[in-house]
Amino acid sequence: MYDTKRQWKAWLYLLPMLVLLAVFTIWPIINTVRMSMLEKYQALAAAGGKTFEVSFYNFKDVLSYNKFLTCLKNTMILCVVTVPVSSILALLIAVFLNSIRPLKRVLQTIFFLPYVTNSIAIGMVFAAMFNIVGSFHGTPNQIIETAGIINNMLGVFGIEPINWINPGSTYGANITVLVIYIVWNALPFKILILLGGLQGINKQYYDAAKVDGTPRKRIFTRITVPLLSPMIAYVVITGFIGGFKEYTSIVGIFGEDMGPAGASKRLNTMVGFIYDALENGRQGRASAAALILFAIILVVTLINLYVSKKRVHY
Amino acid sequence: MKIDTMHELNVQDVSNKQKVGKIIVTTLLYVFLIFMAIIVLFPFYWMINSSLKSIGEYLLPVPTFWPHRILFVNYIDAFKTANLGRLFLNTVYVGVVSTLLSLVITILSAFAFARLEFKGKNVLFACLLATMMIPGELFTITNYGTVNDLGWMNTYTVLIVPFLVSIFYIYLLRQNFKQIPNELYLAAKVDGTSDLKYLIKVMIPLALPTLISITILKMMGAWNSYIWPRLVARDIDHTLITVGLRNAFTIDPAIGYVNYPQQMAAVVIVSAPLFLVFIFLRKYIMKGVSRSGIKG
Repeated sequence: MYDTKRQWKAWLYLLPMLVLLAVFTIWPIINTVRMSMLEKYQALAAAGGKTFEVSFYNFKDVLSYNKFLTCLKNTMILCVVTVPVSSILALLIAVFLNSIRPLKRVLQTIFFLPYVTNSIAIGMVFAAMFNIVGSFHGTPNQIIETAGIINNMLGVFGIEPINWINPGSTYGANITVLVIYIVWNALPFKILILLGGLQGINKQYYDAAKVDGTPRKRIFTRITVPLLSPMIAYVVITGFIGGFKEYTSIVGIFGEDMGPAGASKRLNTMVGFIYDALENGRQGRASAAALILFAIILVVTLINLYVSKKRVHY
Repeated sequence: MKIDTMHELNVQDVSNKQKVGKIIVTTLLYVFLIFMAIIVLFPFYWMINSSLKSIGEYLLPVPTFWPHRILFVNYIDAFKTANLGRLFLNTVYVGVVSTLLSLVITILSAFAFARLEFKGKNVLFACLLATMMIPGELFTITNYGTVNDLGWMNTYTVLIVPFLVSIFYIYLLRQNFKQIPNELYLAAKVDGTSDLKYLIKVMIPLALPTLISITILKMMGAWNSYIWPRLVARDIDHTLITVGLRNAFTIDPAIGYVNYPQQMAAVVIVSAPLFLVFIFLRKYIMKGVSRSGIKG
């Protein structure tokens, strides 16, 4: 059935890919599991001849480590808030875009624009928009040079300047800024996918509904959402996966300190935790945290798939 | 149904009401969409607006929505402060080389999976797809050590080689190759054309749109990459543009805070190539993206 000479040729075509894959993908998988199982493993010490005991110490250590729990909490909050908000907004925008004619293409282009941006660069723009220059520590004799454009806009509605990201800002204010930025950043991809799905829905369903005089709301809940459900499920799942790997948006706004000055690392995420451990030479801890992240992503994806299997109409 | 009788009774009235209702709904749709569009565009506008101001004007208690005096000097200063010229060259070099090598590897692999027959093909392909589920951080921990052992720290190699294989691109191209009718391949075989010649003369031209999508996404990936370059290439000769941008604008001791107009000018410079790509090659990006969910 298989010609040996042709077989040999096929493997030759695959060779460059397989070599790179073996070194930079397969070996890391094995090695990460190995390092995570060696108590307090440090590569530098291992190179010096030190041996490590096999145990689950790293996992227990990470899970009872305050800094990790902070990262886990931040990641969870960002995921739980941004994924539903951005998905619902994207769904509304996509459905509305699909039902208009004039300006449709222009608006579609505008909504896709944030996709092709650099999340660090635009994070810096958001930081500038929310930033207060001058001393702002909530003291009575504060001197604010400029309160930033967002505070100025809120001022129009009579809202006092809020310390969003500067030293002394609250955790809630920080998270609010991050949520706004992450949602802004997540919209284009979701709109693109949902709009693509909407355009694929057979027009006959809508024609039938029109003949019956079905109200818009009912068309939305009984036709659009069910027929779009595979796309919605896809957008939610990829949203959660992306959310658990959140890192650069925070660096964009708060810098590598991952928090306002004086409260650095307050907004650190799981990915940030892994890199911190890696940079401190604690490969065992980093590996355990990476495997925990993988497990969480896997579980969340499976739950999503399970829920969507019940709800999604294919 | 009750509605039917109502419908017959005052058709005229209902249809008028529907018309008015429709106009109101359409207006609301536009109001919402335009409002959202303004929110989406605002950061871009604000970045350009701020980049053209003097620091004095930037610090006015009530910000101006258009600079009193348009200053381009921030752009020149930003270029110098962040050493953007050097960062730009580094990034373009890494982007071009890694894209070319990545394309060769992707094309060869996709061809083998799409056209050639060998034992264990489907099992191997399934295993490759499975690795896509694993978060990249898991690989980085070991790769950081590997490149250190290989002596690749602060080189171009370290920025290029570890990311040459993308299973997603292989998958994308394989799907595209598979759509090319088998008859073409068999005919070429009868004519005695070699596999490689067939790949270059027939399959690559036919799959050009997909290859262009891959090229754009890969180049954008180099332009936007931050985490890995920050870990392994911190000297100025190998710093990539995003890393340099983030670290260049710290508090200016002369004025006591960051020079924001200058920082915004640098952000505009870094964003500009992406906007150009967006304007001219949007079609290809959207095509690649709508099948992935992967940024870069």
